[in-house]
Amino acid sequence: MSGAWEGELGGHKVRQPVAEARHERRRYVWGLGFALVLTCAAFGLVVFKILSGPALLAAIGALALLQIVVQFRFFLHIDLSRSKREDLQLILFTGLLILIMVGGSLWILTSLDQRMIG
Amino acid sequence: MTDQPNQHPGINISHARPEDGRHTEVTVFGFWTFLMSDAIIFALLFATYATMVNRTAGGPTAAELFDITNAFIETIVLLASSFTFGMGAVALKEGRVGGVRLWLVVSLVLGLVFIGLELREFAGLAARGATAQASGFLSSFYVLLSTHGLHVLFGCLWIVVMLAQISVFGLNRQVRSRILRLGLFWHFLDLVWIVIFTVVYLPAVAT
Repeated sequence: MSGAWEGELGGHKVRQPVAEARHERRRYVWGLGFALVLTCAAFGLVVFKILSGPALLAAIGALALLQIVVQFRFFLHIDLSRSKREDLQLILFTGLLILIMVGGSLWILTSLDQRMIG
Repeated sequence: MTDQPNQHPGINISHARPEDGRHTEVTVFGFWTFLMSDAIIFALLFATYATMVNRTAGGPTAAELFDITNAFIETIVLLASSFTFGMGAVALKEGRVGGVRLWLVVSLVLGLVFIGLELREFAGLAARGATAQASGFLSSFYVLLSTHGLHVLFGCLWIVVMLAQISVFGLNRQVRSRILRLGLFWHFLDLVWIVIFTVVYLPAVAT
């Protein structure tokens, strides 16, 4: 932590760890703000009955997906712009597995359900 | 700064402490692999819930049971604790042991409040006859929610262990690395909760 090791913050030269920490703190505050807005939007849509039926389910699903991306970006520090991609690739592979297993289960069981009752 | 590449998920403190670098990168990737397999477990519990949600066996339905106010408070408490842990991670990056302690304790308290709210909700449901044995819907509900709740409980236990380790060892390399992984675990639990309130609570109240 020598004096030569400097970063920049608002035009002022500061020690790099200080600049980084401020940057990080701001990142978490933004993440919290976005997450709160998205959460309130999802609950608001339901409580105030702004939408109904499939449109409502699609809207809260989209808000949830958006909030997951926001939390990945701001809390878990994972996004598209980093040079290190293994973590993101692992997430995408996990997403694929989930899609196959969850999607497949729902497909088969819904189909079975309809044919047993119908 | 922003132009430095991240070496692993979560806050990177190795720029401030170059000696952490490679070790942290490897262990965090290993832990990240565990979290992704945990995500698959949760995904399959969600699939089970989705197929069982209308199988109420003549018992109470989701629409009759769930209280959206309680779900909202639980959501805010868990989100707040995810944020306060982030503040602790920043303090860790700055090497302020007092800040790390403070924010870990705040996150722990919020985590315990969340567990308390969940247990109170379960007790209220059970008092109205909505126990896990009542129907396939309630079995899958309790399995999903308890799996998440147990994760939070173990996260709280982990925070207590880290507080003890900070007292004994200080913020040495291993302790710093463990707190980073605990942070990933803690944020991950909030991610799972987003899907829980979206799949379990909101559709029940919407119909």
